[in-house]
Amino acid sequence: MTATTPAAVIDIIEPPKPIGQQIVEFCRRNTTVVFGSILLLSMVIIAIFAPFFAPGDPLALAPARRLRPPSETYWFGTDMFGRDVFTRTIYGTRISLIVGISVSFLSTLIGLVIGMLSGYVRMVDAIVMRIMDGLMAIPGILLAIAMMALTKASVENVVIAITIPEIPRVVRLVRGVVLQIREQPYIEAAQSIGTRFHRILIKHILPNIMAPLIVQATYICAAAVLIEAGLSFLGAGTPPNIPSWGNIMAEGRTFFQIAFWIILFPGLFLSVTVLAINLLGDGLRDALDPRLARRM
Amino acid sequence: MYAYLIRRILATIPVMAVVAVFVFSLLFLSPGDPAAIIAGDLATADDIARIRERLGLNEPFLVQFGKWVFNLMRGDLGVSIFSNLPVSKLMLQRLEPTLMLTSTTLVIAICAAVPMGVIAAWKAGTFIDRGVMLFAVLGFSFPSFVLGYLLIYTFSIKLEVLPVQGYTSISKGFGPFLNNIILPSLTLGMVQAALVARMTRTSVLEVLAEDYIRTAHAKGLATHKVLIGHALKNAAVPIVTIIGVSFALLIGGAIITESVFAIPGLGRLTVDAILRRDYPIIQGVILVFSGAYVLVNLAVDIIYTFLDPRIRF
Repeated sequence: MTATTPAAVIDIIEPPKPIGQQIVEFCRRNTTVVFGSILLLSMVIIAIFAPFFAPGDPLALAPARRLRPPSETYWFGTDMFGRDVFTRTIYGTRISLIVGISVSFLSTLIGLVIGMLSGYVRMVDAIVMRIMDGLMAIPGILLAIAMMALTKASVENVVIAITIPEIPRVVRLVRGVVLQIREQPYIEAAQSIGTRFHRILIKHILPNIMAPLIVQATYICAAAVLIEAGLSFLGAGTPPNIPSWGNIMAEGRTFFQIAFWIILFPGLFLSVTVLAINLLGDGLRDALDPRLARRM
Repeated sequence: MYAYLIRRILATIPVMAVVAVFVFSLLFLSPGDPAAIIAGDLATADDIARIRERLGLNEPFLVQFGKWVFNLMRGDLGVSIFSNLPVSKLMLQRLEPTLMLTSTTLVIAICAAVPMGVIAAWKAGTFIDRGVMLFAVLGFSFPSFVLGYLLIYTFSIKLEVLPVQGYTSISKGFGPFLNNIILPSLTLGMVQAALVARMTRTSVLEVLAEDYIRTAHAKGLATHKVLIGHALKNAAVPIVTIIGVSFALLIGGAIITESVFAIPGLGRLTVDAILRRDYPIIQGVILVFSGAYVLVNLAVDIIYTFLDPRIRF
C-alpha cells in the first residue's frame, strides 16, 4: 500500500478513534465473528471449568441406573454402564478443543516454514511440492486411520495423525502468497540493499501471509475437531478411558434405538462447536481478506 | 491439446508414487514395533514374530519395498493378516455398495446444490440467498455421524417410513435399493451440497457482473435463459473444480456413513480392519481411494478443456 491511496490519506487527516470505539465498530460490521466467538468462548469456558459444571466423575459406573432417559437428575440421561452422559459430554469438550487447537497451531506452524522455504527457494520447491501433491491425494481421515492403526491410541498420537494430512493445505496457501510477493519491487529493493534472507522472509513476507493464514488455521481447527470425533467414533481415535464426543457416540450407537440421548447430546455439542469455529472463520475471512471472500 | 493431455496423464505418476512410498514407509516411520502393535496386547512372542514375518519386516527396507511395488504392479495388494485372503479380493467384494453410495450421493448433491447456488446468486442479498448460505454453513458443521443418526431417528424410528440400516443391491430391484440408499446419500451429500452450493453462488455472482449478462438482459432474453445459458455456463469451471477436490471429503465421509448405516462397503472393511489392526487392508484401501481421487481430478482437468474453449494449453 502506498501513501497515495484514499484510505491512507483519510488515515492521515482523521485522528485515530479510541480503541473502544474501534472495537464496537468492528463488532457491528462483523456480526458472524462476534456470534462465533461468543459460542466458542462458552465452549472454552465449559472445557476449562468442566469439574465445576459437572461435579460428578465422568468414569463413575453405576449399573443400577443404566440407560435412564434425560431427567432432572441426569440432564442428558445415562449410558449403558450408568455413567452420566451430561458429565461425559462436558468433559469431552476438553479433548475436542485440545485436539482442535493443537492441530491448527502445529500444522500452521510447520506448513508456514515449509511453505515459505518452498516459495522462496526454487530447489526445495520442486521436491516439496511433489510430496505435498502426493499427501493431498490421500483422503485425510484415511491417512489418520492408517497412522492410528500403527501406533498406540493416545491424544498425542491423534494430534499427530490429524496434523500431517493438514500440512499440505497450509504449504500450498503460504507458497502461493510467497510466489506472488517475491516478485514485488520492494522485495527486490530489500535484496539489492543486502537484506539477509531470513530477514526478508520474516520482515517482508510473513506479514503478508498472516491474514489468510489465520483464516486457514480456523478452518483447520474445525476440520480437526470433526476428524478427531470421526476417528474416535470409528474406534481409531482417543482411547476409550478418556471421554470424548466421538467415543461417547461410538459407545452409544449399539443402543441408539432405545437410548437416543447417548448419541444426540455429544453430537449436538460437536456440531455447535464446529459451527462456532466455522462462523468465526467465515467472519474473519470477510474481515481480513476481501479477495479470498470473493473467491470462496 | 493432445500434448497437454499426455503431460497431464503422466503427471499422475509421481503423485501415485509419493502415495505408495508414504503408505509403505508408515510401517517403518511409526514409533515402536508395528508388529507388536498390530498383534495387540494379548499377543505372544510367537504371534509377533509371525506377523513380522508376514509383513516382511525382517528384510531390509529396500528389498521389501521392491517386492511390494512389484506385487502392486501385478494388482496384488497383499494378504489380510486376519482372514488370510488376498486384499484385492476382499476389496472387490465390498466395492459395489461404496460405488453406489458415492455415485448416488454425488448425483443428489449436485442436482440440489447447483440450482440452489444459481438462485442464491440471482437473488443475492435477499432472504433466499441468506437461507442458502445458512444451509451451507450448517452443512459444513453437522458431521455425517450426527446427521445420519438424526435422519434415522426421524424417518426410521419416529415416522417409520424408511428402513433403519442396511443395504440392498440394485440387482434386487430399484425400489428396495432406493429405500435403503436414500438416507445414507442425504447424510453423505450434505457437506458436498454445501460446498458446491457455496462455490456455485460465488462463481455465478462474479459472472453476473459481466457486461455480456447486461447485454443478454437488454436484448430481452428470458431470465432463466440468461442464468443457465450465460451465467452458469461461464461459471462452470470453478464448480467442477470443487467437485473434484471435494471427492476426498466424499471418500472420508463414506467410511463413516457406511459405519452409521451398516452398509457392507469398503468403509466397513476399513473399520473392521482398524479394530483388528489389519494393516494390509488399510494400505490397500488407501491406495485404491487415492488412485480414485487422482483419476477423478484428472477427469476434471480434461473436462475443463471441453467446458471452456478459452482454456488452451
